[in-house]
Amino acid sequence: MSSTTLRRLIVVTLIVLWEVLPRLGIIPQLFLPSLSSTLAAFWHDAPEYRDALLVTLYEVAVAMVFACGGGILAGAIVGSLPRPRVLIMPMISSLYAIPLVILYPVFTVWLGIGSESKIAFASIYGFLPTMLATAAGIQTIDPQLLLAARSMGATPIQRITRVVIPAAIPTVLSGLRIGGALVIVGVVVSEMLISSAGIGYLISRYRTILESAHVFAGVLLVLALAVAFNLLIRLVERRTAVWQAGSRAGQDAITRETPATGLQPANP
Amino acid sequence: MQPLANVTPLKLVPRSGAIQVDGVSQTYRSAGQDVVALSDVSFEIKPGRFVVLVGPSGCGKSSLLMMMAGLRRPTSGTILVSGAPIDNPDPDRVGVVFQEPSLFPWLTAEENVEFPLALRGVPRKDRRAKAQDALKLVGLEGFGIRHPHELSGGMKQRVSIARGLVQDPPVLLMDEPFAALDEQTRMTMGDELLRIWAATGKTVIFVTHSLTEAVYLADEVVVMSPRPGRIVDRLEVALPRPRTFEMLSGDTFGSLRDRIWRHIRKSA
Repeated sequence: MSSTTLRRLIVVTLIVLWEVLPRLGIIPQLFLPSLSSTLAAFWHDAPEYRDALLVTLYEVAVAMVFACGGGILAGAIVGSLPRPRVLIMPMISSLYAIPLVILYPVFTVWLGIGSESKIAFASIYGFLPTMLATAAGIQTIDPQLLLAARSMGATPIQRITRVVIPAAIPTVLSGLRIGGALVIVGVVVSEMLISSAGIGYLISRYRTILESAHVFAGVLLVLALAVAFNLLIRLVERRTAVWQAGSRAGQDAITRETPATGLQPANP
Repeated sequence: MQPLANVTPLKLVPRSGAIQVDGVSQTYRSAGQDVVALSDVSFEIKPGRFVVLVGPSGCGKSSLLMMMAGLRRPTSGTILVSGAPIDNPDPDRVGVVFQEPSLFPWLTAEENVEFPLALRGVPRKDRRAKAQDALKLVGLEGFGIRHPHELSGGMKQRVSIARGLVQDPPVLLMDEPFAALDEQTRMTMGDELLRIWAATGKTVIFVTHSLTEAVYLADEVVVMSPRPGRIVDRLEVALPRPRTFEMLSGDTFGSLRDRIWRHIRKSA
Protein backbone atom coordinates (compact mmCIF):
# COMPACT_ATOMS: atom_id res chain seq x y z
CA MET A 1 0.00 0.00 0.00
CA SER A 2 1.41 3.37 -0.92
CA SER A 3 1.89 5.96 1.79
CA THR A 4 -0.65 8.24 0.11
CA THR A 5 -3.38 5.60 0.31
CA LEU A 6 -2.40 4.88 3.87
CA ARG A 7 -2.58 8.56 4.73
CA ARG A 8 -6.04 8.85 3.21
CA LEU A 9 -7.11 5.75 5.09
CA ILE A 10 -6.00 7.28 8.39
CA VAL A 11 -7.98 10.45 7.69
CA VAL A 12 -11.10 8.47 6.77
CA THR A 13 -10.73 6.32 9.90
CA LEU A 14 -10.48 9.41 12.09
CA ILE A 15 -13.59 10.89 10.48
CA VAL A 16 -15.52 7.66 10.97
CA LEU A 17 -14.37 7.43 14.60
CA TRP A 18 -15.44 11.03 15.11
CA GLU A 19 -18.93 10.07 14.01
CA VAL A 20 -19.18 6.65 15.65
CA LEU A 21 -17.58 7.09 19.06
CA PRO A 22 -19.93 9.88 20.29
CA ARG A 23 -22.95 8.15 18.78
CA LEU A 24 -22.26 4.92 20.64
CA GLY A 25 -21.87 6.95 23.81
CA ILE A 26 -18.23 5.91 24.25
CA ILE A 27 -17.36 9.61 24.37
CA PRO A 28 -19.98 11.99 25.82
CA GLN A 29 -21.44 14.39 23.24
CA LEU A 30 -20.47 17.29 25.50
CA PHE A 31 -16.76 16.45 25.09
CA LEU A 32 -16.91 15.46 21.44
CA PRO A 33 -20.12 16.02 19.51
CA SER A 34 -20.41 13.72 16.50
CA LEU A 35 -19.33 15.01 13.12
CA SER A 36 -22.92 15.06 11.84
CA SER A 37 -24.21 17.13 14.76
CA THR A 38 -21.22 19.50 14.33
CA LEU A 39 -22.06 19.98 10.67
CA ALA A 40 -25.73 20.36 11.55
CA ALA A 41 -24.87 23.09 14.05
CA PHE A 42 -22.78 24.78 11.42
CA TRP A 43 -25.57 24.55 8.87
CA HIS A 44 -28.18 25.77 11.33
CA ASP A 45 -26.24 28.94 12.11
CA ALA A 46 -24.47 29.31 8.79
CA PRO A 47 -25.01 33.10 8.46
CA GLU A 48 -23.44 33.65 11.85
CA TYR A 49 -20.42 31.58 10.93
CA ARG A 50 -20.16 33.31 7.57
CA ASP A 51 -20.10 36.74 9.20
CA ALA A 52 -17.52 35.58 11.72
CA LEU A 53 -15.42 34.05 8.97
CA LEU A 54 -15.48 37.30 7.00
CA VAL A 55 -14.27 39.26 10.03
CA THR A 56 -11.50 36.75 10.68
CA LEU A 57 -10.51 36.59 7.02
CA TYR A 58 -10.29 40.35 6.86
CA GLU A 59 -8.10 40.48 9.95
CA VAL A 60 -5.91 37.66 8.68
CA ALA A 61 -5.52 39.27 5.26
CA VAL A 62 -4.50 42.68 6.60
CA ALA A 63 -2.21 41.18 9.22
CA MET A 64 -0.67 38.94 6.55
CA VAL A 65 0.21 41.98 4.46
CA PHE A 66 1.84 43.71 7.41
CA ALA A 67 3.60 40.61 8.70
CA CYS A 68 4.87 39.30 5.38
CA GLY A 69 5.47 42.62 3.66
CA GLY A 70 7.11 44.14 6.71
CA GLY A 71 8.98 40.95 7.54
CA ILE A 72 10.43 40.59 4.05
CA LEU A 73 11.39 44.26 3.88
CA ALA A 74 12.99 44.32 7.32
CA GLY A 75 14.63 40.96 6.73
CA ALA A 76 16.09 42.16 3.45
CA ILE A 77 17.60 45.23 5.11
CA VAL A 78 18.90 43.35 8.11
CA GLY A 79 20.18 40.51 5.95
CA SER A 80 22.11 42.64 3.49
CA LEU A 81 23.59 45.32 5.76
CA PRO A 82 26.02 44.13 8.44
CA ARG A 83 25.55 47.10 10.78
CA PRO A 84 21.78 46.75 11.46
CA ARG A 85 22.31 43.01 11.62
CA VAL A 86 24.75 43.29 14.51
CA LEU A 87 22.49 45.78 16.30
CA ILE A 88 19.10 44.18 15.77
CA MET A 89 19.43 40.45 15.23
CA PRO A 90 20.25 39.42 18.83
CA MET A 91 17.27 41.46 20.06
CA ILE A 92 14.91 39.97 17.49
CA SER A 93 16.08 36.46 18.18
CA SER A 94 15.46 36.74 21.90
CA LEU A 95 12.14 38.49 21.29
CA TYR A 96 11.14 35.48 19.24
CA ALA A 97 11.42 33.27 22.31
CA ILE A 98 8.95 35.37 24.35
CA PRO A 99 5.31 34.24 24.30
CA LEU A 100 4.03 37.43 22.69
CA VAL A 101 0.46 36.65 23.66
CA ILE A 102 1.15 38.18 27.09
CA LEU A 103 1.31 41.53 25.29
CA TYR A 104 -2.15 41.18 23.79
CA PRO A 105 -4.04 42.85 26.67
CA VAL A 106 -1.77 45.87 26.16
CA PHE A 107 -2.80 45.98 22.49
CA THR A 108 -6.45 46.10 23.44
CA VAL A 109 -5.74 49.00 25.76
CA TRP A 110 -4.06 50.88 22.93
CA LEU A 111 -6.30 49.90 20.03
CA GLY A 112 -9.61 48.78 21.52
CA ILE A 113 -11.25 45.37 21.24
CA GLY A 114 -12.11 45.68 17.52
CA SER A 115 -10.20 44.33 14.56
CA GLU A 116 -7.29 46.77 14.95
CA SER A 117 -5.86 45.12 18.04
CA LYS A 118 -6.10 41.67 16.42
CA ILE A 119 -4.42 42.89 13.27
CA ALA A 120 -1.65 44.57 15.22
CA PHE A 121 -1.06 41.56 17.42
CA ALA A 122 -1.15 39.00 14.61
CA SER A 123 1.08 41.19 12.43
CA ILE A 124 3.81 41.27 15.04
CA TYR A 125 3.31 37.60 15.78
CA GLY A 126 3.85 36.64 12.13
CA PHE A 127 6.43 39.32 11.41
CA LEU A 128 9.28 37.80 13.39
CA PRO A 129 9.69 34.42 11.65
CA THR A 130 9.23 36.03 8.23
CA MET A 131 11.90 38.58 8.98
CA LEU A 132 14.32 36.05 10.47
CA ALA A 133 13.89 33.70 7.50
CA THR A 134 14.35 36.49 4.96
CA ALA A 135 17.47 37.76 6.70
CA ALA A 136 18.88 34.23 6.82
CA GLY A 137 17.96 33.66 3.18
CA ILE A 138 19.86 36.71 2.06
CA GLN A 139 22.84 36.15 4.33
CA THR A 140 23.33 32.61 3.13
CA ILE A 141 23.46 33.43 -0.59
CA ASP A 142 26.61 31.92 -2.10
CA PRO A 143 28.98 34.88 -2.64
CA GLN A 144 30.45 32.93 -5.54
CA LEU A 145 27.16 33.40 -7.43
CA LEU A 146 27.39 37.15 -6.97
CA LEU A 147 31.01 37.14 -8.13
CA ALA A 148 30.05 35.11 -11.21
CA ALA A 149 27.23 37.55 -11.99
CA ARG A 150 29.67 40.43 -11.64
CA SER A 151 32.13 38.74 -14.01
CA MET A 152 29.31 38.60 -16.56
CA GLY A 153 28.81 42.34 -16.28
CA ALA A 154 25.78 42.44 -13.93
CA THR A 155 25.06 45.88 -12.49
CA PRO A 156 24.34 46.15 -8.74
CA ILE A 157 20.58 46.31 -9.46
CA GLN A 158 20.76 43.28 -11.75
CA ARG A 159 22.63 41.42 -9.04
CA ILE A 160 19.72 42.05 -6.68
CA THR A 161 16.88 41.29 -9.08
CA ARG A 162 18.50 38.37 -10.87
CA VAL A 163 20.59 36.75 -8.16
CA VAL A 164 19.72 37.84 -4.62
CA ILE A 165 15.93 37.68 -4.95
CA PRO A 166 15.62 34.32 -6.74
CA ALA A 167 18.27 32.81 -4.48
CA ALA A 168 16.44 33.94 -1.34
CA ILE A 169 12.96 32.83 -2.42
CA PRO A 170 12.97 29.29 -0.96
CA THR A 171 14.10 30.46 2.49
CA VAL A 172 11.68 33.38 2.41
CA LEU A 173 8.83 31.03 1.50
CA SER A 174 9.62 28.74 4.40
CA GLY A 175 9.51 31.84 6.61
CA LEU A 176 6.18 32.85 5.09
CA ARG A 177 4.80 29.41 5.83
CA ILE A 178 5.56 29.79 9.53
CA GLY A 179 4.78 33.50 9.62
CA GLY A 180 1.44 33.07 7.86
CA ALA A 181 0.42 30.20 10.14
CA LEU A 182 1.29 32.37 13.14
CA VAL A 183 -0.83 35.20 11.74
CA ILE A 184 -3.82 32.85 11.69
CA VAL A 185 -3.02 31.66 15.21
CA GLY A 186 -2.58 35.26 16.35
CA VAL A 187 -5.91 36.40 14.96
CA VAL A 188 -7.90 33.47 16.30
CA VAL A 189 -6.25 33.47 19.73
CA SER A 190 -6.74 37.19 20.19
CA GLU A 191 -10.37 36.85 19.11
CA MET A 192 -10.80 34.16 21.74
CA LEU A 193 -9.28 36.32 24.45
CA ILE A 194 -10.95 39.70 24.15
CA SER A 195 -13.29 40.57 21.29
CA SER A 196 -16.82 40.84 19.94
CA ALA A 197 -16.55 39.21 16.51
CA GLY A 198 -14.72 36.58 14.48
CA ILE A 199 -14.44 32.81 14.58
CA GLY A 200 -12.31 32.85 17.71
CA TYR A 201 -15.00 34.89 19.43
CA LEU A 202 -17.70 32.40 18.35
CA ILE A 203 -15.70 29.45 19.61
CA SER A 204 -15.10 31.16 22.91
CA ARG A 205 -18.73 32.24 23.33
CA TYR A 206 -20.24 28.84 22.50
CA ARG A 207 -17.80 27.24 24.88
CA THR A 208 -19.08 29.33 27.79
CA ILE A 209 -22.63 28.16 27.09
CA LEU A 210 -21.53 24.55 26.62
CA GLU A 211 -22.70 24.33 22.99
CA SER A 212 -20.04 21.78 22.02
CA ALA A 213 -21.31 21.20 18.48
CA HIS A 214 -21.04 24.91 17.73
CA VAL A 215 -17.57 25.07 19.27
CA PHE A 216 -16.38 22.25 17.04
CA ALA A 217 -17.98 23.86 14.00
CA GLY A 218 -15.80 26.90 14.67
CA VAL A 219 -12.74 24.70 15.17
CA LEU A 220 -13.41 23.02 11.82
CA LEU A 221 -13.58 26.40 10.15
CA VAL A 222 -10.19 27.46 11.57
CA LEU A 223 -8.78 24.12 10.50
CA ALA A 224 -10.04 24.70 6.97
CA LEU A 225 -8.49 28.17 6.96
CA ALA A 226 -5.09 26.82 8.00
CA VAL A 227 -5.20 23.99 5.49
CA ALA A 228 -6.17 26.40 2.70
CA PHE A 229 -3.26 28.67 3.56
CA ASN A 230 -0.85 25.77 3.60
CA LEU A 231 -2.05 24.60 0.18
CA LEU A 232 -1.58 28.10 -1.19
CA ILE A 233 2.02 28.25 0.03
CA ARG A 234 2.70 24.77 -1.33
CA LEU A 235 1.41 25.88 -4.70
CA VAL A 236 3.72 28.90 -4.73
CA GLU A 237 6.64 26.76 -3.60
CA ARG A 238 6.02 24.28 -6.37
CA ARG A 239 5.98 27.01 -8.95
CA THR A 240 9.10 28.80 -7.77
CA ALA A 241 11.37 26.20 -6.25
CA VAL A 242 11.54 23.45 -8.85
CA TRP A 243 15.28 23.70 -8.64
CA GLN A 244 15.70 22.82 -5.00
CA ALA A 245 17.55 19.54 -5.04
CA GLY A 246 15.68 16.72 -3.40
CA SER A 247 12.36 18.54 -3.50
CA ARG A 248 9.43 16.60 -4.88
CA ALA A 249 9.05 19.09 -7.70
CA GLY A 250 12.69 18.59 -8.57
CA GLN A 251 12.25 14.84 -8.69
CA ASP A 252 9.32 15.23 -11.07
CA ALA A 253 11.43 17.41 -13.31
CA ILE A 254 14.11 14.74 -13.50
CA THR A 255 11.82 11.93 -14.55
CA ARG A 256 10.10 14.21 -17.02
CA GLU A 257 13.17 15.68 -18.66
CA THR A 258 15.80 12.97 -18.71
CA PRO A 259 16.87 12.38 -22.31
CA ALA A 260 17.20 8.77 -23.30
CA THR A 261 20.90 8.87 -24.15
CA GLY A 262 24.07 10.65 -23.20
CA LEU A 263 25.98 11.34 -20.02
CA GLN A 264 24.62 10.18 -16.72
CA PRO A 265 23.34 12.84 -14.34
CA ALA A 266 24.57 12.96 -10.78
CA ASN A 267 22.18 11.84 -8.09
CA PRO A 268 20.20 14.92 -7.15
CA MET B 1 44.05 19.26 -35.59
CA GLN B 2 46.46 22.11 -36.27
CA PRO B 3 48.89 23.36 -33.64
CA LEU B 4 47.24 26.57 -32.52
CA ALA B 5 50.51 28.49 -32.30
CA ASN B 6 50.44 28.59 -36.10
CA VAL B 7 47.02 30.14 -36.33
CA THR B 8 47.14 33.75 -37.45
CA PRO B 9 45.74 35.96 -34.72
CA LEU B 10 42.66 38.06 -35.48
CA LYS B 11 43.51 41.43 -36.93
CA LEU B 12 40.78 43.44 -35.16
CA VAL B 13 42.64 45.22 -32.38
CA PRO B 14 39.93 45.42 -29.67
CA ARG B 15 39.23 41.71 -30.06
CA SER B 16 42.76 40.47 -30.52
CA GLY B 17 42.88 38.45 -27.30
CA ALA B 18 46.38 39.61 -26.45
CA ILE B 19 47.12 40.26 -22.79
CA GLN B 20 49.74 42.62 -21.43
CA VAL B 21 50.46 42.64 -17.73
CA ASP B 22 52.77 45.52 -16.89
CA GLY B 23 54.34 46.11 -13.49
CA VAL B 24 51.36 44.82 -11.55
CA SER B 25 51.63 44.89 -7.76
CA GLN B 26 49.04 44.16 -5.14
CA THR B 27 49.28 45.16 -1.51
CA TYR B 28 46.70 44.67 1.19
CA ARG B 29 46.59 45.41 4.90
CA SER B 30 46.23 42.49 7.24
CA ALA B 31 46.49 42.74 11.04
CA GLY B 32 47.94 46.24 10.74
CA GLN B 33 50.68 45.19 8.35
CA ASP B 34 51.13 45.73 4.63
CA VAL B 35 51.26 42.40 2.86
CA VAL B 36 52.66 42.33 -0.66
CA ALA B 37 50.62 39.74 -2.55
CA LEU B 38 52.04 40.49 -5.98
CA SER B 39 55.25 42.30 -6.69
CA ASP B 40 55.97 43.90 -10.04
CA VAL B 41 54.57 41.17 -12.27
CA SER B 42 55.00 41.73 -15.99
CA PHE B 43 54.40 39.44 -18.92
CA GLU B 44 52.74 39.30 -22.29
CA ILE B 45 50.52 36.68 -23.79
CA LYS B 46 50.06 36.39 -27.50
CA PRO B 47 46.58 35.83 -28.90
CA GLY B 48 45.36 32.25 -29.08
CA ARG B 49 47.88 30.87 -26.62
CA PHE B 50 47.08 28.43 -23.85
CA VAL B 51 48.95 29.69 -20.80
CA VAL B 52 48.87 27.99 -17.41
CA LEU B 53 49.70 29.78 -14.17
CA VAL B 54 51.12 27.54 -11.43
CA GLY B 55 52.60 28.22 -8.04
CA PRO B 56 52.16 27.30 -4.40
CA SER B 57 49.12 28.49 -2.46
CA GLY B 58 49.27 32.19 -1.71
CA CYS B 59 51.40 33.13 -4.72
CA GLY B 60 48.65 35.41 -5.96
CA LYS B 61 47.90 33.53 -9.17
CA SER B 62 44.17 33.64 -8.57
CA SER B 63 44.41 37.32 -7.64
CA LEU B 64 46.18 37.98 -10.89
CA LEU B 65 43.46 36.15 -12.77
CA MET B 66 40.74 38.17 -11.00
CA MET B 67 42.54 41.34 -12.09
CA MET B 68 42.63 40.18 -15.71
CA ALA B 69 38.88 39.60 -15.37
CA GLY B 70 38.39 43.16 -14.15
CA LEU B 71 36.98 41.82 -10.87
CA ARG B 72 39.80 43.30 -8.81
CA ARG B 73 42.14 46.22 -9.37
CA PRO B 74 45.89 46.10 -8.90
CA THR B 75 47.44 48.50 -6.37
CA SER B 76 49.76 49.62 -9.14
CA GLY B 77 50.55 48.67 -12.72
CA THR B 78 48.29 48.10 -15.70
CA ILE B 79 46.63 45.17 -17.41
CA LEU B 80 45.66 45.45 -21.07
CA VAL B 81 43.30 42.95 -22.64
CA SER B 82 43.03 43.17 -26.42
CA GLY B 83 44.97 46.41 -26.20
CA ALA B 84 42.68 48.26 -23.78
CA PRO B 85 42.84 48.54 -19.98
CA ILE B 86 40.44 46.33 -18.09
CA ASP B 87 39.01 48.11 -15.04
CA ASN B 88 35.64 46.41 -14.85
CA PRO B 89 34.32 43.03 -15.93
CA ASP B 90 33.73 43.05 -19.67
CA PRO B 91 32.19 39.78 -20.88
CA ASP B 92 32.71 40.87 -24.48
CA ARG B 93 36.44 40.71 -23.97
CA VAL B 94 36.89 38.19 -21.17
CA GLY B 95 34.94 35.10 -20.13
CA VAL B 96 35.57 33.69 -16.65
CA VAL B 97 35.21 30.13 -15.37
CA PHE B 98 35.56 29.61 -11.62
CA GLN B 99 36.54 26.59 -9.55
CA GLU B 100 32.93 26.22 -8.46
CA PRO B 101 30.67 25.98 -11.50
CA SER B 102 28.71 28.90 -9.95
CA LEU B 103 25.57 28.07 -11.88
CA PHE B 104 22.30 29.64 -10.77
CA PRO B 105 20.36 26.66 -9.39
CA TRP B 106 16.94 28.15 -10.24
CA LEU B 107 17.78 28.40 -13.95
CA THR B 108 18.09 25.56 -16.45
CA ALA B 109 21.47 24.88 -18.07
CA GLU B 110 20.32 26.78 -21.12
CA GLU B 111 19.10 29.78 -19.11
CA ASN B 112 22.39 29.79 -17.22
CA VAL B 113 24.30 30.05 -20.48
CA GLU B 114 21.94 32.79 -21.64
CA PHE B 115 22.40 34.75 -18.42
CA PRO B 116 25.16 37.13 -19.58
CA LEU B 117 23.16 37.84 -22.75
CA ALA B 118 19.98 38.44 -20.75
CA LEU B 119 21.86 41.00 -18.66
CA ARG B 120 22.39 43.02 -21.81
CA GLY B 121 18.84 42.69 -23.03
CA VAL B 122 19.59 40.43 -26.00
CA PRO B 123 16.23 39.24 -27.43
CA ARG B 124 15.12 35.81 -26.27
CA LYS B 125 15.38 34.15 -29.68
CA ASP B 126 18.97 35.26 -30.31
CA ARG B 127 19.84 34.31 -26.77
CA ARG B 128 18.47 30.83 -27.15
CA ALA B 129 20.28 30.28 -30.45
CA LYS B 130 23.62 31.38 -29.03
CA ALA B 131 23.15 29.29 -25.89
CA GLN B 132 22.37 26.25 -28.03
CA ASP B 133 25.56 26.78 -30.01
CA ALA B 134 27.63 27.16 -26.85
CA LEU B 135 26.12 24.04 -25.27
CA LYS B 136 26.78 22.11 -28.45
CA LEU B 137 30.38 23.29 -28.40
CA VAL B 138 30.92 21.88 -24.91
CA GLY B 139 29.19 18.60 -25.80
CA LEU B 140 25.95 19.17 -23.92
CA GLU B 141 23.50 19.30 -26.77
CA GLY B 142 20.08 18.25 -25.50
CA PHE B 143 20.89 18.92 -21.85
CA GLY B 144 19.78 22.54 -21.90
CA ILE B 145 16.46 21.89 -20.18
CA ARG B 146 18.04 20.36 -17.09
CA HIS B 147 18.61 22.21 -13.87
CA PRO B 148 22.12 22.20 -12.38
CA HIS B 149 21.21 19.71 -9.64
CA GLU B 150 20.34 17.21 -12.35
CA LEU B 151 23.86 17.42 -13.83
CA SER B 152 27.11 15.76 -12.74
CA GLY B 153 30.10 17.81 -11.60
CA GLY B 154 31.80 17.60 -14.98
CA MET B 155 28.63 18.55 -16.82
CA LYS B 156 28.10 21.56 -14.57
CA GLN B 157 31.60 22.77 -15.33
CA ARG B 158 30.90 22.32 -19.05
CA VAL B 159 27.82 24.53 -18.68
CA SER B 160 30.00 27.07 -16.90
CA ILE B 161 32.49 27.00 -19.79
CA ALA B 162 29.63 27.42 -22.26
CA ARG B 163 28.48 30.43 -20.28
CA GLY B 164 31.98 31.90 -20.39
CA LEU B 165 32.10 31.44 -24.16
CA VAL B 166 28.56 32.49 -25.08
CA GLN B 167 29.48 36.09 -25.89
CA ASP B 168 32.44 34.84 -27.90
CA PRO B 169 35.12 36.74 -25.95
CA PRO B 170 38.65 36.32 -27.32
CA VAL B 171 39.97 35.52 -23.83
CA LEU B 172 38.87 32.76 -21.44
CA LEU B 173 40.13 32.91 -17.86
CA MET B 174 39.88 29.74 -15.81
CA ASP B 175 40.51 29.63 -12.08
CA GLU B 176 41.24 26.00 -11.13
CA PRO B 177 38.14 24.91 -13.06
CA PHE B 178 38.69 21.17 -12.63
CA ALA B 179 40.03 21.16 -9.07
CA ALA B 180 36.76 19.93 -7.58
CA LEU B 181 36.38 17.06 -10.05
CA ASP B 182 37.54 13.49 -9.62
CA GLU B 183 40.70 12.35 -11.42
CA GLN B 184 38.99 10.60 -14.33
CA THR B 185 36.52 13.39 -15.02
CA ARG B 186 39.41 15.79 -14.76
CA MET B 187 41.38 14.03 -17.49
CA THR B 188 38.34 13.95 -19.76
CA MET B 189 37.61 17.60 -19.13
CA GLY B 190 41.21 18.50 -19.96
CA ASP B 191 40.89 16.86 -23.38
CA GLU B 192 37.50 18.49 -23.85
CA LEU B 193 38.93 21.89 -23.04
CA LEU B 194 41.77 21.40 -25.54
CA ARG B 195 39.22 20.42 -28.16
CA ILE B 196 37.11 23.53 -27.45
CA TRP B 197 40.20 25.70 -27.44
CA ALA B 198 41.36 24.28 -30.78
CA ALA B 199 37.89 24.84 -32.22
CA THR B 200 37.59 28.45 -31.05
CA GLY B 201 41.15 29.79 -31.01
CA LYS B 202 40.67 31.63 -27.71
CA THR B 203 43.46 32.88 -25.54
CA VAL B 204 43.19 30.74 -22.40
CA ILE B 205 44.73 31.59 -19.04
CA PHE B 206 44.37 28.61 -16.75
CA VAL B 207 45.25 28.50 -13.06
CA THR B 208 45.94 25.11 -11.48
CA HIS B 209 47.73 23.33 -8.65
CA SER B 210 48.30 20.23 -10.73
CA LEU B 211 51.68 20.10 -12.47
CA THR B 212 50.56 17.28 -14.74
CA GLU B 213 47.52 19.23 -15.81
CA ALA B 214 49.69 22.31 -16.37
CA VAL B 215 52.15 20.61 -18.70
CA TYR B 216 49.50 18.55 -20.45
CA LEU B 217 47.36 21.55 -21.37
CA ALA B 218 49.76 24.44 -21.84
CA ASP B 219 51.67 26.08 -24.64
CA GLU B 220 53.47 27.88 -21.88
CA VAL B 221 53.63 27.47 -18.11
CA VAL B 222 54.21 30.52 -15.93
CA VAL B 223 55.59 29.59 -12.50
CA MET B 224 55.04 31.97 -9.61
CA SER B 225 56.55 32.25 -6.13
CA PRO B 226 54.63 33.11 -2.96
CA ARG B 227 54.65 36.32 -0.86
CA PRO B 228 55.50 38.45 -2.62
CA GLY B 229 54.09 36.77 -5.71
CA ARG B 230 56.37 37.13 -8.68
CA ILE B 231 57.22 35.19 -11.80
CA VAL B 232 60.14 32.81 -11.28
CA ASP B 233 60.09 30.90 -14.57
CA ARG B 234 58.34 30.64 -17.91
CA LEU B 235 58.48 27.32 -19.75
CA GLU B 236 57.58 26.59 -23.34
CA VAL B 237 55.91 23.22 -23.62
CA ALA B 238 57.30 21.93 -26.90
CA LEU B 239 55.05 18.88 -27.07
CA PRO B 240 53.08 18.51 -30.29
CA ARG B 241 49.31 18.90 -30.47
CA PRO B 242 47.01 17.17 -30.07
CA ARG B 243 48.29 16.08 -26.71
CA THR B 244 47.89 12.42 -25.92
CA PHE B 245 47.84 10.33 -22.79
CA GLU B 246 51.08 8.58 -23.85
CA MET B 247 52.99 11.86 -23.63
CA LEU B 248 52.47 11.87 -19.87
CA SER B 249 55.09 9.15 -19.50
CA GLY B 250 57.55 10.70 -21.97
CA ASP B 251 60.91 12.33 -21.14
CA THR B 252 59.95 15.83 -22.29
CA PHE B 253 56.90 15.74 -20.07
CA GLY B 254 58.83 14.45 -17.08
CA SER B 255 61.61 16.98 -17.32
CA LEU B 256 59.22 19.90 -17.66
CA ARG B 257 57.24 18.74 -14.65
CA ASP B 258 60.43 18.26 -12.62
CA ARG B 259 61.58 21.75 -13.48
CA ILE B 260 58.31 23.25 -12.25
CA TRP B 261 58.37 21.12 -9.13
CA ARG B 262 61.90 22.27 -8.22
CA HIS B 263 60.75 25.90 -8.33
CA ILE B 264 57.74 25.18 -6.18
CA ARG B 265 59.59 23.05 -3.65
CA LYS B 266 62.20 25.77 -3.26
CA SER B 267 59.61 28.40 -2.45
CA ALA B 268 57.28 26.30 -0.33
